[in-house]
Amino acid sequence: MNLDELYQEVILDHYKRPRGAGLREPYEGESHQVNPTCGDEITLRVHVEGDKVADVSYDNVGCSISKASASVMYELINGATVDDALAKLAEFTELMNSKGQSEGDEESLEDAVAFAGVSKYPMRVKCALLGWKAFQDALVRAEASIPGRTDA
Amino acid sequence: MEAASKLDVEAIRADFPILQRRIGDKTLAYLDSAATSQKPVQVEDAMRRFTEHSNANISRSVHTLGAEATEAYEGARAKVAAFIGAPSPDEVVFTKNSTESINLMAYAFQNAALDPSADPRFRIGPGDEIVVTEMEHHANLIPWQQLALRTGATLKWIGITDAGRLDIDTVDEVITERCKVVSFVHVANLLGTVNPTSQITRRAREVGALVGLDASQSVPHLPVDVTELGVDFIAFTGHKMLGPTGIGVLWARAELLDAMPPFLTGGSMIKTVTMEHTTFADAPAKFEAGTPPIAEAVGLAAAVDYLDKLGMANVRAHEKAYVAYMLDRLETVDGLEIIGPRVPIGRGATVSFTFEGVHPHDVGQILDAEGIAVRVGHHCAKPTCERFGVNATTRASGYIYNTHEEIDRLVEALGQVRKVFG
Repeated sequence: MNLDELYQEVILDHYKRPRGAGLREPYEGESHQVNPTCGDEITLRVHVEGDKVADVSYDNVGCSISKASASVMYELINGATVDDALAKLAEFTELMNSKGQSEGDEESLEDAVAFAGVSKYPMRVKCALLGWKAFQDALVRAEASIPGRTDA
Repeated sequence: MEAASKLDVEAIRADFPILQRRIGDKTLAYLDSAATSQKPVQVEDAMRRFTEHSNANISRSVHTLGAEATEAYEGARAKVAAFIGAPSPDEVVFTKNSTESINLMAYAFQNAALDPSADPRFRIGPGDEIVVTEMEHHANLIPWQQLALRTGATLKWIGITDAGRLDIDTVDEVITERCKVVSFVHVANLLGTVNPTSQITRRAREVGALVGLDASQSVPHLPVDVTELGVDFIAFTGHKMLGPTGIGVLWARAELLDAMPPFLTGGSMIKTVTMEHTTFADAPAKFEAGTPPIAEAVGLAAAVDYLDKLGMANVRAHEKAYVAYMLDRLETVDGLEIIGPRVPIGRGATVSFTFEGVHPHDVGQILDAEGIAVRVGHHCAKPTCERFGVNATTRASGYIYNTHEEIDRLVEALGQVRKVFG
């Protein structure tokens, strides 16, 4: 197995220096997700302003893959429109389910393409998706709590 | 160092073809037998021979194959009974695994709680107490926890000291006159602790409680004699003792099995059936509803033969020396902290540790790249993890086929982990 492929520099960098970490106010939706097989956990908050993801804040414990993935996600979706963030979520999920067959679109996924190698390791795909799952759930909760945004 | 072993490890390894497996370009170092052991060719051969030659359902067929299958299945029961010092094969109930065995016990209480004519020892409700320990595998925690929640009984537990031992001084305080049953782990799957049993069984007797052991990590690794232990029931599983998955064992005293209501009901566990009523067969059939794991029982019997031939005292001696070497070598690794007893006394060859703030998932991944298989995570013992303030650990566990060289490789590979995450 090629470890360098899994633990790329960019992943280790995000792991050691996570972007946007910490829980912040204000927020409309919060989600707590656990990976029951390894005990990884994340609490993630979403603050929505108009059609924008105005802040994503999080607190997590876990392996390098799950922590780096949350950090990369923060960079991708913080400040993006809700629609763009959801598109990134779909794209990243597809990359993770590609079983090593996709390299990912660097234009769109930026640092997250470094996770392409993770998709070959089924035991680690869940780690990479944990933060994204929390975002998806927190966003649903945020939208439910904002009047007039439940029409979608 | 290897001279301390009473086992011919090289000869044993020749019986386990999987140990020749290569992971990438590295030879497999299998240090995960606490999760599941590997199986020798003798077990595979016995199962294949049975399937090719004698496969049939048991008990009711009069044809030759049916008779052979019944004999093989009941022969396995007798072999297991002798292996654990049970007075009678009828005290051995085959289940799916340890988890089912323990649920079978817990549901005896729950079903008795609904039946006013049930044996009072199993009638449980508000005011009654159930005692476990803080170092249980979830398999010996959740069935009792849920039983307590459903019946209104109270779940209590014996705590763990910082050294990873049961807090035996509190036994008299935790186990009171209100206690109906004590079920505790014999050898802890995360900490590796071998628990002393006599203080707990003595106290259970004193207060008139039933007492049993989760023996999943002890029966494969040390001599277990149920009569000597003086307990009422033990649970263990085939796949951790060189046998196949899909078969476990509940041993309980005959008189208790007679008093217990059945867990699963259906075929093969009856005396007579009408549309309105059923009378149950005697134990062990009463607890073996449906077609049991027959080929698996044959495999388990072959595993018992294999262990018998090695001698369980020799297995224990090998593992005592092995864990001494593991602890010695692991203690030399900077940043490594052992979770559990740090001395090779009263412990098995299962060692959990944390490493320099590197998550166990990452440790396990890098070790895998070196061909080394360890377990990472909470090992189905979340309360134990919590007790030691960790989310997860890396766990290396040795068995009859492990060599000192594999521990040397583990220690060396931890250096590689430091290189990647340092």
